[in-house]
Amino acid sequence: MSQPIYFDPVRLPPEAQSLREEVRAFLAEEIAAGTFDPHSMGAGDRFNREFSRRVGARGWIGLTWPKKYGGHERSFLERFVLTEEFRVANAPAWGHFVADRQSGPMLMKYAGEDICMDILPRICRGECCFCIGMSEPNSGSDLFAAKTKAEKVDGGWKINGTKVWTSIAHHADYMIGLFRTSPPTEDNRRHGLTQFLVDMTLPGITINPIPWPNGALDFNEVVLEDVFIPDSHVLGDVDMAWKQATSELAYERSGPERFLETFYVLVGLVRLLGENPDTRGAEGVGRLVAQLHTLRRMSVSVNGMLQAGKEPVLEGSIVKDLGTIWEQALPARARDLAAFADPQSANMVSFHEQLEYATMSAPKLTIQGGTTEVLRGIIARGLGLR
Amino acid sequence: MSDGDDIGSLVIESADRIFRDLCDPQTVNNASGDSWKEPLWRELEAGGLTLSWIPEERGGSGVGLTAGFDILKVSGQYAVPVPLAETMLGAWLLAQAGLEIPQGPISVAPGNLRDRLAITGDGIVSGHAARVPFAGEAAHLAILAMGEEGPFAALVGTRDCNIVPSQTIAGDPQGHVSFDGVQAKAHGALPGGAGEGMLMLMGAAVRSMQMAGALQAVLDMTVGYAQERMAFGRPIGKFQAIQHSLARLAGEVAAAAAVSGSAADAIVHAREFDDSVFLEAASAKVRTGEAAGDGAAIAHQVFGAIGFTQEHILHRYVRRLWAWRDEFGSESEWAERLGRHVAAAGADELWPMLAAR
Repeated sequence: MSQPIYFDPVRLPPEAQSLREEVRAFLAEEIAAGTFDPHSMGAGDRFNREFSRRVGARGWIGLTWPKKYGGHERSFLERFVLTEEFRVANAPAWGHFVADRQSGPMLMKYAGEDICMDILPRICRGECCFCIGMSEPNSGSDLFAAKTKAEKVDGGWKINGTKVWTSIAHHADYMIGLFRTSPPTEDNRRHGLTQFLVDMTLPGITINPIPWPNGALDFNEVVLEDVFIPDSHVLGDVDMAWKQATSELAYERSGPERFLETFYVLVGLVRLLGENPDTRGAEGVGRLVAQLHTLRRMSVSVNGMLQAGKEPVLEGSIVKDLGTIWEQALPARARDLAAFADPQSANMVSFHEQLEYATMSAPKLTIQGGTTEVLRGIIARGLGLR
Repeated sequence: MSDGDDIGSLVIESADRIFRDLCDPQTVNNASGDSWKEPLWRELEAGGLTLSWIPEERGGSGVGLTAGFDILKVSGQYAVPVPLAETMLGAWLLAQAGLEIPQGPISVAPGNLRDRLAITGDGIVSGHAARVPFAGEAAHLAILAMGEEGPFAALVGTRDCNIVPSQTIAGDPQGHVSFDGVQAKAHGALPGGAGEGMLMLMGAAVRSMQMAGALQAVLDMTVGYAQERMAFGRPIGKFQAIQHSLARLAGEVAAAAAVSGSAADAIVHAREFDDSVFLEAASAKVRTGEAAGDGAAIAHQVFGAIGFTQEHILHRYVRRLWAWRDEFGSESEWAERLGRHVAAAGADELWPMLAAR
């Protein structure tokens, strides 16, 4: 019998909603100052260190982290509001978002105190960008096939190998990389991998861009040749990364960035159809809004349950599965619903630009951070089937 | 609208016990007649469940809105085929106008989004209400009808109406009810701010909770079956194709649980049936109805031929999911209304609307 699937009906607390007002005011100022264009698609995936510094100065990076590391000890629900407002506004958060979401918490769990005291405050100031070195040319969803080798040398490790599809590596100050320290054992093919903190300025690291189909620069190939990493930069136990990597927490999967990536298309569609749409347009928009509202309430709930100390692992994976499928399908559905809109509408050109961008980026949404197929395996495990 | 939300788990346990003892889906499915019905109803009334939403001082059990919604979810887990939800809803509607609650099962009208009833100052009701659930089984109908100065709740005897009986797709009784100058037994104005939409919004939330419960039961039985059923030398739940189907089913169940729970919570904490309740209840009915359709299809595919028989209980759930998604507004109808609401507010208001809670 499976566990009942449960979502607390969480309401955002007043402090989260008042933070929302502060965030909106800040973003409005940044837009007015020309930092970014909220209607420019993909801006949310861009890197802007000056902007990240100003976000850090507001105290909005490491919001939930301990104060001794530069954090602010505020709630997951406040972080939720911050994330969704940045995402909806297309704010260029990529310079700090990965570190804020997963690399910082990973360091807190597995790095030594001196490293935490050095790096975490820099992340909180918006001065430290992280990338994730997981995939390799022959190791994608199957993470445990990773071959990039870490060889024990005096005082540290020597790394040789290649990581690929590494988003934002060309801006990153650090990478958290998964490297092979021992061969897999007979009874555990997941054994033998270790996580390392890699300073991206080290000699021996070469970063080669791999443009997306639309020409955007995000992916990279990261080649590591005799890169020396000191022992102090091993994260967690040697050979035991499989335990750490699979204890990934629900909040990495269930955040609002998992369903809002193409939200601008829905806004554009509503604008295009106007205040008095036909029945088909009204029904189509209504369904999309109902589905989005549902995803958002699921995500709020998972974050609320995390804040309450629960572990909604199954629920978190489900949010990412449903959310990424939805945001991926949104452009195609918006395209259908826009088919009979007035071709002379003043909003038609901008809608088509948005639609084109979203259509071009949609295929990646169910791949990044764990494919649909991997997620469904995790959900099946949660149901007791594996 | 909050009243005594904390009695919670005891009441829900008691409801669960009653359903398990007296409304076990397999027992009901095997029964040749309706002999199970009367003891079940008697127990539901004796336990105060039918009047969950009526305060104690008015003769109800006063367990509050939250516990009442939870009871409805549990009733969905047993595919309960008696007018518990309708009686709770009807009694709630009557109480909103300060009217007395009669004994026995009550149903509610209208039962869908586009029917309108009218009432005069003297309590004369006119209009038609299609597909009123359990119309023939209840002695009374609680109705929402428009008077000259706003919406009224009224109590009408079913014997005073012209009812053409039929059945839902689940085989449960329903009726097409004509009110041709029917004299209401009692009527009263609904409080200001309540609005004509309150019955449909509440009905949408009620049906969503029932569907969420039924979907959870469908997931449980489908996962259980996949773990037991052997094919090609192993349980079919070991095949990745089946695992992924069940993961999709779990996603639909999760969406239904989350959005229906959120809508119920919104109603519990709202001061009136405002735009925020509309977004919640409309979304719940749309998304839960979609989950009902998709979830039923996945479950049937996993069960194969045995699920497509009368002897198996799957149809008790699936057919009620299909019936409930149509009642108090279908996905299409609510989506169209929600879409019009969004369009009228304008593109720039969409995000603030979604992010309000």
